[in-house]
Amino acid sequence: MRYLPLTDTDRRDMLSFIGASSIDDLFVDVPAQARLPGTIPGLPDHASEMAVERHMARLAKRNLSAGEAPFFLGAGAYRHHIPASVDHLIQRGEFLTAYTPYQPEIAQGTLQVLFEFQTQVARLLGCDVANASMYDGSTACWEAIVMARRVTKRGKALLSSGLHPHYVSVAQTMAKFTGDALAYRAPTLDAATDIDALIGAIDKDTSCVVVQYPDILGRVADLTPLAEAAQAAGALLVAVVTEPVALGAIRAPGSMGADIVVGEGQSIGVGLQFGGPYLGLFACKQKYVRQMPGRLCGETVDASGKRGFVLTLSTREQHIRREKATSNICTNSGLCALAFSVHMTLLGEKGLRDLAGLNHALACQAADRLAQVPGVTLLNDSFFNEFTLILSKDARDVVRTLADKGVLAGVSLGRLFPAAPEIGNGLVVAVTETVTPEDIETLAKALEEELA
Amino acid sequence: MTMLKEGRPTAPAPVEDAHMAPATATGNRALMLEEKLIFEIGSTETTGVDFAQAPLTGSRLGNLARTDVIGLPGLSEQETVRHYTRLSRQNYAIDLGLFPLGSCTMKHNPRLNEKVARMPGFADIHPLQPQSTVQGALGVINELAFWLIELTGMHGVAMTPKAGAHGELCGLLCIRAALEARGDARSVVLVPESAHGTNPATAAFCGYKVEDIPATPEGRVDLEALKARLGPDVAAVMITNPNTCGLFERDMKTISDAVHAAGAFVYCDGANFNAIVGRVRPGDLGVDAMHINLHKTFSTPHGGGGPGSGPVVLSEALAPFGPLPYTARMADGTIHLIEEENVGEEMPRSFGRMSAFHGQMGMFTRALAYILSHGADGLRQVAEDAVLNANYILRSLDDVLDAPFGQSGPCMHEALFSDKGLAEGFTTLDIAKGLIDEGFHPMTMYFPLVVHGAMLVEPTETESKAALDQFILALRSLAERAKAGDDALKGAPYHAPRRRLDETLAARKPVLTWTDPGMV
Ligand SMILES: Cc1ncc(COP(=O)(O)O)c(C=O)c1O
Repeated sequence: MRYLPLTDTDRRDMLSFIGASSIDDLFVDVPAQARLPGTIPGLPDHASEMAVERHMARLAKRNLSAGEAPFFLGAGAYRHHIPASVDHLIQRGEFLTAYTPYQPEIAQGTLQVLFEFQTQVARLLGCDVANASMYDGSTACWEAIVMARRVTKRGKALLSSGLHPHYVSVAQTMAKFTGDALAYRAPTLDAATDIDALIGAIDKDTSCVVVQYPDILGRVADLTPLAEAAQAAGALLVAVVTEPVALGAIRAPGSMGADIVVGEGQSIGVGLQFGGPYLGLFACKQKYVRQMPGRLCGETVDASGKRGFVLTLSTREQHIRREKATSNICTNSGLCALAFSVHMTLLGEKGLRDLAGLNHALACQAADRLAQVPGVTLLNDSFFNEFTLILSKDARDVVRTLADKGVLAGVSLGRLFPAAPEIGNGLVVAVTETVTPEDIETLAKALEEELA
Repeated sequence: MTMLKEGRPTAPAPVEDAHMAPATATGNRALMLEEKLIFEIGSTETTGVDFAQAPLTGSRLGNLARTDVIGLPGLSEQETVRHYTRLSRQNYAIDLGLFPLGSCTMKHNPRLNEKVARMPGFADIHPLQPQSTVQGALGVINELAFWLIELTGMHGVAMTPKAGAHGELCGLLCIRAALEARGDARSVVLVPESAHGTNPATAAFCGYKVEDIPATPEGRVDLEALKARLGPDVAAVMITNPNTCGLFERDMKTISDAVHAAGAFVYCDGANFNAIVGRVRPGDLGVDAMHINLHKTFSTPHGGGGPGSGPVVLSEALAPFGPLPYTARMADGTIHLIEEENVGEEMPRSFGRMSAFHGQMGMFTRALAYILSHGADGLRQVAEDAVLNANYILRSLDDVLDAPFGQSGPCMHEALFSDKGLAEGFTTLDIAKGLIDEGFHPMTMYFPLVVHGAMLVEPTETESKAALDQFILALRSLAERAKAGDDALKGAPYHAPRRRLDETLAARKPVLTWTDPGMV
């Protein structure tokens, strides 16, 4: 077997050195009835690299990849072009095959990247501090709700109807067990967000208000009044960003007063990958830093006085505090954080602004063109690179039919909100720099045909 | 000295002055290059990416255009490649050498897996594409699920958890849902003191009270004490098997029977599955739920801290409660992804969704390629070689290092030592830092908590005998130096990119982001 270096001679020599007569001697502690006499029945034996590659390639070919079709899906996962050097750098074995940096003297590479990453994320989101990553946006969102409970000692969170429904589901799953109260209802097809309603719903039991920006329908709204209202009532504002490229064009949630900003970092440096692994972003105000979940990297000096970096404030974490930890997270999304950081370094502020500007301009063009299709209405007054169309029939069926014709048209609200059929004609369309004018025209024509 | 005609020396003078290597003006040491932060070398006007001109359109940003300076420095492509290449060289990694971090299973990461995960059919598909366009991806999930069930002898598997700790959460939520379904509210989870910190943290995270289970002097769960504690308030017992002392829990089946008789469930932390894969099925030991770290046993790279993936295999009693979404093969051969709106027959009482989308696809493709490469015979060999390598290390060093459970029989995949017998003032930390100078990553230190100054060594099956011998040589020499009280050891490492770092300072005055010195 090509990954196993021991030879049969090695095995014999080592067993004899240990004083065991056979390998079975080393498994004596396994009760006899649990010891399998041979290999597990029904499974094939080992295979060559070529055979495995062929098998996997066959499976890969049964998928329609985004690059093969006009592609307009978003809703929490975005297709951006990733520069070739990003993938090259994250495949360097020193990054790829290292563990969590528990031994800082020989992990300064990873640690300096994390320090740079934390700074980039904090600045992008407009916060004082950011951690070294969470699993993904949805789990980061739940962790923010838990953190708000710790900070405010209150147990009721108001979730905006513009929050990604999977994020809502995750919170609802967890709340069933923790006893947190969540107020939520599915969105309606309005151009305005539900910020006014949220402000009206804040009371003395509210721990936090959770609002997505831009929201699931692509709408953007000033969060400042919401932050003020929440804080006046002793609650926190948690802002959720699922498309961080937007923050190259629109104001950062932190600068509008959000106390905690979490997000999905996938759209910078991390590919679509059918939904994972992705990159949870977690940032907040300085005063809450000791309540944060997850790993933090901090600056220090070594014994000779040189600057260096270490994991720090670990008394919040499971390996020290056990059941009193702020979270149970251990392994996070290190390599995705590296990809994000490399991509962000390549972009720089100028590149990020250019990228965001290009996304917005193409999205404006697409929105105007698609709104001309008979049977299509544009919902949004405001958006970044994603907007909602209201079709004259069920969008889920339209998406399926168009997929059969080789056009990946967007994400239907029926897929996202199966329990809200009244918004089933909504279609969320994302337009990034990867979309060409021809793609927009192809989608427009296909919709014309389908809605005629 | 030999010279060319021009007077250029062609052979070096003999060196006896290595200890007085002069400082360099740059701070660099030949191939070891110091690297500043991007905030110190980049600028907000520099970029390494070119874009097409944006078409002229109006702005529909709702009057929220960002006008502040964000403070994100850019670098050209060449500078970017250099920055990260230089940083990478300050890391130790499996690709460089043995990485015997106990409990972490740092085995070789096959490069075929990287290639496969990057096939556009896997890497460039959106999680919400219509299911007819992602049948191959759903096929990967389904095929991997099949293997995990067969390898563990369990009834079902939840594929969405994103790491081991997330898997623990999944398992405990299944248990809570199952208990609630029978109207049985229980409040306590029992966890051995030797357990990984995620176990008690997870139990608390989903609202349980955590109580310790004592261990026997030989390093295993104290069966009698456990039995005595079981009662109507205990929801689950979390057991790591093989345990974190590197021992197989011999009484596992008896424990499971007792737990079940008391109406509770058995959660098994499967982080150490590598020791038994292909040889022992947890399903035969009465386990109800067990997470599998694909980033350990199934070789997906750890990436300097993740991403991981933690599928949870489930018993018949728990399978109906597993999370959404999941895959199911239909009679016509197509594979359905069962989401909120079309909850199917396999998990009719699912506790709900625990993350967005459908799990760590990029890890699934790698793990599946790994499993198919090994096959049933290769995986069995993996466990055997992992256990053999660990025992070889244990027996090669138990004359110089204290092996607290060395008399408890063979170890499984990891060898545990303690700091007993080191000279006054010498610690496990000194030995760990000494290993760095010897060119190895240190073992896991100070875990498990039940052993003083624990050193947990897990070589894995992908190390050759020559590599093990070299490691043994290094650790033996360090043990001897620490026993002899060689003070030089306390200064180690000497040859790493940094000397020992001040963690107290870092925590006392946390500096978590970079601030322009000109701004403070
Ligand atoms: C015994 C044990 N349990 C649980 C975990 C947690 O797994 P993860 O880091 O994937 O969340 C680990 C690894 O860190 C472990 O070693």
